[in-house]
Amino acid sequence: MALDRWIALLLLGVCLVYGYTAWFTMDAQLAPFMQRNPIWPSTFPKVLSILGVVASTVILLGLESSEQKVGDIDYRRLGDYHLGQALLLLGLMIVYALSLRPVGFLVATSGFLILGSYILGERKWHIMVPIAAVAAVFVWYLVQQVLGIYMRPLPGFVGG
Amino acid sequence: MLEGLLTGLQTALSVQNLLMVIGGCLIGTFIGMLPGLGPMSIIAIMIPVAISIGDPSAALILLAGVYYGAIFGGSTSSILLNAPGVAGTVASSFDGYPMARKGKAGKALTIAAISSFAGGSIGALLLLVFAPALSSVALLFHSAEYFALMVVGLSAIAAFAGTGQVAKALMMTLLGLIMATVGEGALFNLPRFTMGIMDLQSGFGFITLAMAMFALPEALFLVLKPKELGGSGDSEIKDLRISRSEAKSIAPVIGRQSIQGFFIGVLPGAGATIASFLGYAVERNIATKEEQEEFGKGSIKGLAAPETANNAACTGSFVPLLTLGIPGSGTTAILLGALLALNVTPGPRLMIDEPQIFWAVIMSMFIGNLVLLILNLPLIPYIAKVLSVPRNYLIPFILFFTLMGAYIGQNNATELLLLVVFGICATALKFADYPLAPLLIGFILGGMLEDNFSRSMQLYDGIAFIWERPMTLGLLVIAAILVILPSYRARRARARAEGVADGD
Repeated sequence: MALDRWIALLLLGVCLVYGYTAWFTMDAQLAPFMQRNPIWPSTFPKVLSILGVVASTVILLGLESSEQKVGDIDYRRLGDYHLGQALLLLGLMIVYALSLRPVGFLVATSGFLILGSYILGERKWHIMVPIAAVAAVFVWYLVQQVLGIYMRPLPGFVGG
Repeated sequence: MLEGLLTGLQTALSVQNLLMVIGGCLIGTFIGMLPGLGPMSIIAIMIPVAISIGDPSAALILLAGVYYGAIFGGSTSSILLNAPGVAGTVASSFDGYPMARKGKAGKALTIAAISSFAGGSIGALLLLVFAPALSSVALLFHSAEYFALMVVGLSAIAAFAGTGQVAKALMMTLLGLIMATVGEGALFNLPRFTMGIMDLQSGFGFITLAMAMFALPEALFLVLKPKELGGSGDSEIKDLRISRSEAKSIAPVIGRQSIQGFFIGVLPGAGATIASFLGYAVERNIATKEEQEEFGKGSIKGLAAPETANNAACTGSFVPLLTLGIPGSGTTAILLGALLALNVTPGPRLMIDEPQIFWAVIMSMFIGNLVLLILNLPLIPYIAKVLSVPRNYLIPFILFFTLMGAYIGQNNATELLLLVVFGICATALKFADYPLAPLLIGFILGGMLEDNFSRSMQLYDGIAFIWERPMTLGLLVIAAILVILPSYRARRARARAEGVADGD
């Protein structure tokens, strides 16, 4: 089974859970005075769930004829591409998200930019470090001073 | 109308807004040139900046400038490197790249700039005529018609998705609508589908979703499959002039394609990509025998046609956005989201309630086109240097701006985690050839669709509005036909070829 049909199966599951919630559990919380309303909070989701189940079934069963074509990247040969780099970068993004508050914007951002280019294979530290530092300070200045959105620049224990 | 034009001119010509247009065009050109980054990603990245400006006209002017700039930048890389940055400019590389190979890169860029300018300006003129007319018709619409109209728009987007893709596009639209129902609805003040998670109370963030759907997968694709960015084109750009006879031969092409492109752009789901391919095909078919030979080998007509058409179509796609408040493409959907965040509701009332925004946007289209012609063209040799920035530096910055965009919008680190999760899902969907633009359009229209649906239900005490209002019934029948008849997308050439961002 091709990836698009696996995804259709997954989406079918999502629609079924969504539909179950809309049809069977949501209306229980409805206040009595709202029950006389022609439209309930669950009305629209009910319609969507049915349409969603139909659409995902059509894809799943392959009812619509479609030519098999390989897109920009052939996922069957994912190993041929720089998968490791992509995964490391995604991991780095998660680390950045988690460390943004505790270590402050400047440190987190410079670290992200330096490690990002390191993961991609750059080793010229004398270029990477200054660029990352300048960019971090510049963006911090732009966001904090020009746009007026507060971002803690330094780690908490330094008092930033 | 004249009064409106003057108001618009006054707003658009203020120093701040002029800077916005110029800045937007330059940023758009800059980023649009990079293969793999489409206008949707660029606009998504620029939204937090635009929103924090606070003034809706200035914000929309900035974003519109970015949009044109991105399309123009895309044609530059098509011509110089045969690496289109945007799907809408793939057709430009058919004849633009051969011209550059023959040492006529400067001429090709000039033709592209002039055609873009003419297409955009004529498109803006048509917009000037059609938008007010359509607005006055749209004022007669009730919520039932609005509901039906949105259904038509969403089905048209699915129907235009191409053979074998209608069900997938429909599924993505539905997924977008489903995601829009998460959180507290305005109509009921009841949290729905939040699974008890507090952070979901206000629903998913639109900027986060836009970033995750477009910018992140495109950046990941660049990581997975490195493309040759370094070009040799920068040193050869000289002799930007075109001769009088060349101008004469492309003039009728520009005239025809401006009009054709504009009307294709107005249709929901169609857009710059279809307009440019169709424009190219039409011009090749009506050219004389010897001119037909030239197509594909560096014909100036073959370059002028798609360039004119894609810019006219970009302008045309503003018609449904400004008059009905219904976006027909991913890009205009993102613009709609930005406007809603600025507390402006586009639609037929926009012209009456906030004429300065409406007219300023139209006027800024002219100014933006002019800026692209007189400011960008001489700068192109220098801007093209961005193509030689090593990807090892470029990609971390793209990822960082994606993160920043999501963070500034919500000021919440959870949003960043959501961004990564959605980004991974979007990349998987992209692998499996699911179109992502319908998801975002569905997500943005979801709230409005449900509001109008609920209002009609309340007014008619049930679904009677569907058959009691002939126009609603008619529109819904059209929507059904659009979905059921697997409509074909005329000669949808390989838009997803090497290095092409999805959609426009």
